[in-house]
Amino acid sequence: MTGSSAAANARRIGVYVCHCGGNISDYVDVDRVIAAVEHEPGVVVARQAMFACSDATQGDIERDIRELELDGLVVASCSPKLHVTTFRGVARRAGLNPYEYSQVNIREQASWIHTADAEGTTEKAIALVRGGIAKTGLTEPLEPIVVETTQKALVVGGGIAGMRAAIGLADLGLGVFLVERAAALGGHVRGIGAMYPNGRDGGRLIDELAASIKARPSISVFTGAEVIEKSGSFGKFSVGLRVGGPGSETLTVEVGSIVVTTGFETYEPEVGEYGYGIDGVVTLPEFKAMLDASAGPLRHAGRPVHDVAYVYCVGSRETPTKPDGNAYCSRYCCAATAFASIQLGEADPGVRQYHLHRDVRTFGKYELLYERSRDLGSIYLKFPDAEPPEVALEPDGRLLVTVRDLLTGGERVAIPADLVVLVTAMVPRSNTELTGLLKLPIGRDGFYNEIHPKLRPVETTVDGVYIAGACQGPRNSSESVASALAAVTQSAVILKKGYAELDPLVATVDAVACDGCGKCLDACPYGAIELSAGVATISETACKGCGGCVPLCPTDAIDLRGYTNDQITALIDGLVGEAVA
Amino acid sequence: MTTIASPAPTDGPTRDPRILVFSTNTISDPGIDLAGSAHMSYSPGVRVISLPCTSGIRPSWILHAIDAGFDGVFIASDGDECAFLPDCSKRASAIIAEAQRRLRQAGESPQRVRLAAICSVCAEPFTKHITGFAEALATLGPAQRRPVEAGVA
Repeated sequence: MTGSSAAANARRIGVYVCHCGGNISDYVDVDRVIAAVEHEPGVVVARQAMFACSDATQGDIERDIRELELDGLVVASCSPKLHVTTFRGVARRAGLNPYEYSQVNIREQASWIHTADAEGTTEKAIALVRGGIAKTGLTEPLEPIVVETTQKALVVGGGIAGMRAAIGLADLGLGVFLVERAAALGGHVRGIGAMYPNGRDGGRLIDELAASIKARPSISVFTGAEVIEKSGSFGKFSVGLRVGGPGSETLTVEVGSIVVTTGFETYEPEVGEYGYGIDGVVTLPEFKAMLDASAGPLRHAGRPVHDVAYVYCVGSRETPTKPDGNAYCSRYCCAATAFASIQLGEADPGVRQYHLHRDVRTFGKYELLYERSRDLGSIYLKFPDAEPPEVALEPDGRLLVTVRDLLTGGERVAIPADLVVLVTAMVPRSNTELTGLLKLPIGRDGFYNEIHPKLRPVETTVDGVYIAGACQGPRNSSESVASALAAVTQSAVILKKGYAELDPLVATVDAVACDGCGKCLDACPYGAIELSAGVATISETACKGCGGCVPLCPTDAIDLRGYTNDQITALIDGLVGEAVA
Repeated sequence: MTTIASPAPTDGPTRDPRILVFSTNTISDPGIDLAGSAHMSYSPGVRVISLPCTSGIRPSWILHAIDAGFDGVFIASDGDECAFLPDCSKRASAIIAEAQRRLRQAGESPQRVRLAAICSVCAEPFTKHITGFAEALATLGPAQRRPVEAGVA
């Protein structure tokens, strides 16, 4: 059966098609898939498995790789998101280069999506596996890019998230530089008195963290300081800092990772927005400061405060009335407002409080705050998304809030108030310079973007640069600290080993085809490409592997490893599935 | 040696349009996966190649797909969510414009290429987009295939 077409570079590929216990084989005729691909050029073995990911099948594949001297592996099973690591491990253990393996998704993108068409699904599965074989026939062994890592980290932003991150990093034995733009550490939390859910004092919390930082000599704190330049890449960054305002001292620190915890800003309403600008119309942080400073009943402008109206979602979820406004929910404010109203209700049992909301999002255990505020007499009114309350100044100097309440059948309610509290949003901090220096990705909401909110929640596309806390999106202080500790762990994972391995799927230049035009230099926002001796060269560690430079090269001299021109065209030919008779 | 079956006619009468989709590893491909996990449904003529970023697509790949027998190419881009390139949408649009220019030159309809932003949970939007595109391609009829290789009868 040795094919006459066997070329000198004939490959020895093993193909494994998974039943996934019926998830695939109930719809895909696996026998037919095997029969269709087992004689494809380069295929020396094609087998099926009930569960390709089971220990037993992994062992079988490893044995095949060794005994049949396979130099390529195709596993057709589920989405690559699930088992690429698994099968790269199988390859490595059996002595096959992990980058000579390809995953083919015949579950999420075949059996599960065409459940009504067994014939069509089987044909498609055959085409997908053929594509995978064609691509694998053109793989080459690749080695991960190994970089040495500096055992130090930089934390940018000294709020509660940054402070906690610095302590965590130091406790794992890493050197830490903590940089804060303001004159003192602590961020927003320093200025908050009692914080929800249990009334701990924000200022005191920050003092405790500051004392912990002081007790750790491996943490160097720079206040009144900013990041002014960054060079190097993952594992070995060189970061320039300016300490003490313009014209003052600059220094350079060497770090292996950077944790960005730059926090948020409070939404500043425009004058006239819900009466903002009228005396007695205040933002939630302003109201909270009044509450924290007063003991007993609240007074404003020399008068006792008997009636308070809270207008929720100011600056959040604006799109029903402001199409280009903020679409997101600020998440912390419902609970913070319920908590503030408890604080006031306990200090002044006679006070009347009205919460004008779109819906109350005191999620999880914060539901108890909502209940407690109602027990203390708070009244909740729900207004329509597109019809927010109106705030006006009455001739007697009091405020009048009118609102349509959906909970009482859409009745219009007029509420006289001494104070109107605008429950203001969290908005992204304007950090243009830092964003540009660190190449931080920004999401549609204006906050920094992680790679994946669930699977890689603190990593960015810039290797070694992590984000945590409210710079990623609205969240409360405990959620900020949780993400800060996740960033600590991620940093430690890469720094403690002393070296790190990067995926080698980066762009490469064919020096012969390159005519040195330099167009690719402008195409790369990461500065990974340089011209040397009239030829473009790409830094393996700075390249992010996006491939954005590939189509911009006029001489087609750039290829992305793992996605080369030859591989993609071979894959297309396989996928189209037109059998040549 | 033995002739068992005669080769199928080259232009099958009622075949679902073949669509090549370019998706992205971290955003749109998970969205497409989700359509499967949720047991939604689109035509098996849809085949996906996942890349790191849709700004890395060579226009020649789009042309090659049409030449190879695909009726259309759908680019499931990350839109503004691309974590690599801030101007990703602009780049992907430029790639498509160039592919469309070449298609026109080859006498093909530029409507054989379509782009939409597909997010990591955009299972339903993807299913709708791709089904609408398949209908549009069915109306358009099969692409005029240029011979890829000579010598096959």
